[in-house]
Amino acid sequence: METYTLLRTFADSWHLLFMTLFFLGVIGWAFRPGAKKVHEETSSMIFRNDDSPAGDDDAPAPPSGNREPKEAR
Amino acid sequence: MWDYVKLIVLAAVAVAAAIIASYARDLAHLVHMIIIMLTAGGLFLWQIRRVGERVVHNQSEYMDGVIRYGVIATAFWGVVGFLVGVVIAFQLAWPELNLEFAQGYTNFGRLRPLHTSAVIFAFGGNALIASAFYVVQRTSAARLWGGNLAWFVFWGYQLFIVMAATGYVLGSTQGQEYAEPEWLTDLWLTIVWVAFLAIYLGTLIKRREPHIYVANWFYLSFIVTVAMLHLVNNLQIPVSIFGSMSVPVFSGVQSAMVQWWYGHNAVGFFLTAGFLGMMYYFIPKQAERPVYSYKLSIIHFWALIFLYIWAGPHHLHYTALPDWAQTLGMTFSIMLWMPSWGGMINGLMTLSGAWDKLRTDPVIRMMVVAVGFYGMATFEGPMMSIRAVNSLSHYTDWTIGHVHSGALGWNGMITFGMLYYLVPRLWKRERLYSLSLVSWHFWLATIGIVLYAASMWVTGIMEGLMWRQVDAQGFLVNSFADTVAAKFPMYVVRGLGGVMFLVGALIMCYNLWKTVTSVGEKKPAAAAVPAE
Repeated sequence: METYTLLRTFADSWHLLFMTLFFLGVIGWAFRPGAKKVHEETSSMIFRNDDSPAGDDDAPAPPSGNREPKEAR
Repeated sequence: MWDYVKLIVLAAVAVAAAIIASYARDLAHLVHMIIIMLTAGGLFLWQIRRVGERVVHNQSEYMDGVIRYGVIATAFWGVVGFLVGVVIAFQLAWPELNLEFAQGYTNFGRLRPLHTSAVIFAFGGNALIASAFYVVQRTSAARLWGGNLAWFVFWGYQLFIVMAATGYVLGSTQGQEYAEPEWLTDLWLTIVWVAFLAIYLGTLIKRREPHIYVANWFYLSFIVTVAMLHLVNNLQIPVSIFGSMSVPVFSGVQSAMVQWWYGHNAVGFFLTAGFLGMMYYFIPKQAERPVYSYKLSIIHFWALIFLYIWAGPHHLHYTALPDWAQTLGMTFSIMLWMPSWGGMINGLMTLSGAWDKLRTDPVIRMMVVAVGFYGMATFEGPMMSIRAVNSLSHYTDWTIGHVHSGALGWNGMITFGMLYYLVPRLWKRERLYSLSLVSWHFWLATIGIVLYAASMWVTGIMEGLMWRQVDAQGFLVNSFADTVAAKFPMYVVRGLGGVMFLVGALIMCYNLWKTVTSVGEKKPAAAAVPAE
């Protein structure tokens, strides 16, 4: 069972470390400065475009107040 | 050109199915081949009358036709699945209902997978596909990607359901819980699912909104993970294309572990992540206020998917599975409590400042009770995954009660709420036909679930204690038949709870039917007012 041992060792060392750091990174990312505005904008996005898709001439999202420039998609 | 390719493929499939049917080695395979032959033949005739027709997909409209079909299919399969559930509940109380003349077709062993698959995959699956198509379009502000591919996914999924259901009744099964369909049905589902994933991703890619709303993250993780689970747990080698039998690749404890890695993540990603996607869209919409904390929803998402995938081994406590794997499964199951309750709090607190809606709007009441049951089931689950508790609860009816408080309470109620939300909008009606009928549905379903869960707690714990009861000499006190006899009253109560839940669903169908047929059409608000 060499493969088993190898994978097992990798899983509970480097990969565990990678996943823990990734997870902490995600939480840190959610709390980054400026996230609040993006989150407010995103959470209220469901209240538009109810009946038909956004047209070609529509701005993708009417900015609410003084928003920072949009992030890349 | 494309039309002719389709015709050739359909004709080839119909002929091949006819040939395989004539050499079929077992009844289930024969029936499946006849179903495929008739489907392909019918589609051939349907297609040949439409050669050269241009189908226009108006990109400035949402594709709602397929969602309307999905809503109807959800309600239909829901009633079928609940009905079969009621039948098998009473079969356990009164074994005579395993009718003698239909032995081998409608006995408990054949109907039980029919019930579980009908409610999970037919009712839940159609609800997920329909709501995913609805939500991804609204939150992307774009029409579904792929044109008629969405129709392929809808009808392809119904074909999967019919093949799975006929297979169960005719005895074609892999014997893996929630993954019973044999190789042919599995392959077909794989094709349908990849198309589903393509539509979903395609729509997200062409979205007109800068951000991907959190509900889409949950839906996407549901689609991707179910694809992965389905492929790995169904690694089987067919014996022959003329028969439904296949040989599993894994065996022994590996097979058991793969099965419960699949089984528990089917709960985690099909019944939880997918339905959380519904929660994050339909509760804010029905409450008319944004989700309580978008930050919490992001952390909820990542914590949920990071932890759920490890929880499967708790189904294999005290088995040949190594102890470290059992402990790992138990530990992650307990940690899972946190994201689950984080999500519950997020759903419930969305109503903060609008709690009065609970009094006036039975639809939001339904959704809130669904989230409440989600919280209760995700508290009960981690508790039952603790090895010491599991030694009492495992193999008893407590497990069945736990599953049903999650499935009826969480999945059922949030789906009913979604249907009540969607039908007036999809058919452009002013309102629901009757809110008091919604209330009737709500109370029947809630009391039905309480009867179900409470009777299963009582019978499950009683049964577990009776199994382990020993006398002064260390001999077991009860025979298995003693426990069965002692459970009879609780089985009757459980069946009655199921009847109430079923009646509630029938009331819902009537209400939705009347909403479509007798409620006035909704006038577009802005149309009649000229801007002068």
